[in-house]
Amino acid sequence: MANAMRDVAIVGVAESDLGRVPDKSKFQLSAEASRLALDDAGLSVKDVDGLFTTIITEGGQFSSMMMAEYMGITPRFTDSTSIGGSSFVAYVEHAAMAIATGLCDVALICHGSTNISDRGGKGGPMSASTDVFGPSQFEEPYGVSTVGSYALAAQRHMHEYGTTSEQLAEIAVATRKWASMNPKARMRDPITIDDVMNSRVIASPLHLLDCCLVTDAGGAVVLTSLERARDLKKTPVQVLGTGEAHTHRMISQMPDLTQTAAAISGKLAFERSGLTHSDIDVAQIYDSFTITVLLTLESLGFCAKGEGGAFVSNQRTAPGGDFPMNTQGGALSYTHPGMFGIFTVIEGVRQVRGECGPRQVPNAQVALCNGTGGVLSSTGTIILGRD
Amino acid sequence: MALPPLPRPYQDTAAYWEAAKDHRFIIQKCKECGEFQFYPRGVCSHCLSSDLDWQEASGKAEIYSCSVNYRAPHPGFADATPFVLAIVTLEEGPRMMTNIIGCDPESVKIGMAVSVVFEDVTDEVTLPKFTPV
Ligand SMILES: [Zn+2]
Ligand SMILES: [Zn+2]
Repeated sequence: MANAMRDVAIVGVAESDLGRVPDKSKFQLSAEASRLALDDAGLSVKDVDGLFTTIITEGGQFSSMMMAEYMGITPRFTDSTSIGGSSFVAYVEHAAMAIATGLCDVALICHGSTNISDRGGKGGPMSASTDVFGPSQFEEPYGVSTVGSYALAAQRHMHEYGTTSEQLAEIAVATRKWASMNPKARMRDPITIDDVMNSRVIASPLHLLDCCLVTDAGGAVVLTSLERARDLKKTPVQVLGTGEAHTHRMISQMPDLTQTAAAISGKLAFERSGLTHSDIDVAQIYDSFTITVLLTLESLGFCAKGEGGAFVSNQRTAPGGDFPMNTQGGALSYTHPGMFGIFTVIEGVRQVRGECGPRQVPNAQVALCNGTGGVLSSTGTIILGRD
Repeated sequence: MALPPLPRPYQDTAAYWEAAKDHRFIIQKCKECGEFQFYPRGVCSHCLSSDLDWQEASGKAEIYSCSVNYRAPHPGFADATPFVLAIVTLEEGPRMMTNIIGCDPESVKIGMAVSVVFEDVTDEVTLPKFTPV
């Protein structure tokens, strides 16, 4: 089958205000990012006829209806697929499919979250419910948490493959170097492997600096047909290949703690793009935790299973390394509003356009973006290229 | 002291929690395909049959992964840190989340043999947990 999605392009990307934005609602952050992304494309909100969004916190029920109403949009294609942080990467696949088949012309993917302001400005737990309905009643009474879940995966990977905390720390250190070149990044001061190792253990083996930030943020991405894209403001960024998959909802049900669904979504994206790993100039890999990156790199096939630790060693993913990754500073150092997926897409597009200034990867023609959602549960992988 | 999150039994799970209250550990076996499953469901997650049986499990398990948690994930755990969050593989095959108790948290390792113990959290709720053999 010919890959019709190649006839679709990303034409606009933007972030809202980032960091601590207590005076703006998550709805406003999402809408303002949308306005900026449409400006970036040279389109108006009147052009939007496809809407893709999900809000998983308070006030987010019926997300796409709610956000369409908020922004005055009447979509003829609507999608609130809710698979956590990877939703917004999967939306690129859904939007490309909708545009390629003529179900909509201009697709808006948007996201807004006040994840830090909702917690009174602190990074602690949000839920204090004591009455658990549904399958999660087999996890929550035991004190499961997001970090605890990822820690279980990290511990198993260490057990099976001898991966070390120092190797995980390499990822945090390299990502911070990229953040130092991004004025929008929240954490820009350099850190060392010792800093990561000496930060307090939250859930063994994960230290504080193995964990992403908690921030407020919004982001948006606009897509249309490649044909229309060529008449718009910016260089079109083609959707070359996509894939999505999920394997479980709860960490105790994950079939193999050392392999994510990126083994499926990545394979699909590579197959559909006709490209191979050596074609990827820059990678944006969801980094909710350092272990998320390591497992994803293996699952995507950038290295063999168990070799992720060696792969990221010697600052391979840092500026100047031979695997430039998470070039805006990632969820570890730039921003993380609970779901990070859309920001992997935004940076992938900017790198392929060549508009990243000091952190630009020279001549980046092809970017791979991968979102992970839930507790290593879901993934979306996309491969983007310059038209 | 704040309560931790507690299960609210429902159609799929009432029998499990009722048994736990009696300090019995039961899991489901499918009469159609013969597979065990955990957590309890209204259908078999292998073949979608509704023909399920409850069976007394051996209570023996092996630690598949574990993590010492130093931060309370919920106000109800404020006095409980550090605690060991673990996934164990039951002798019957399925995996479940639990806590490893009755030992030094730092001493808990992947591969350890453990067996079920029952913790009465309230008058209404008992949680199956595991302890090193
Ligand atoms: Zn107006
Ligand atoms: Zn069955």
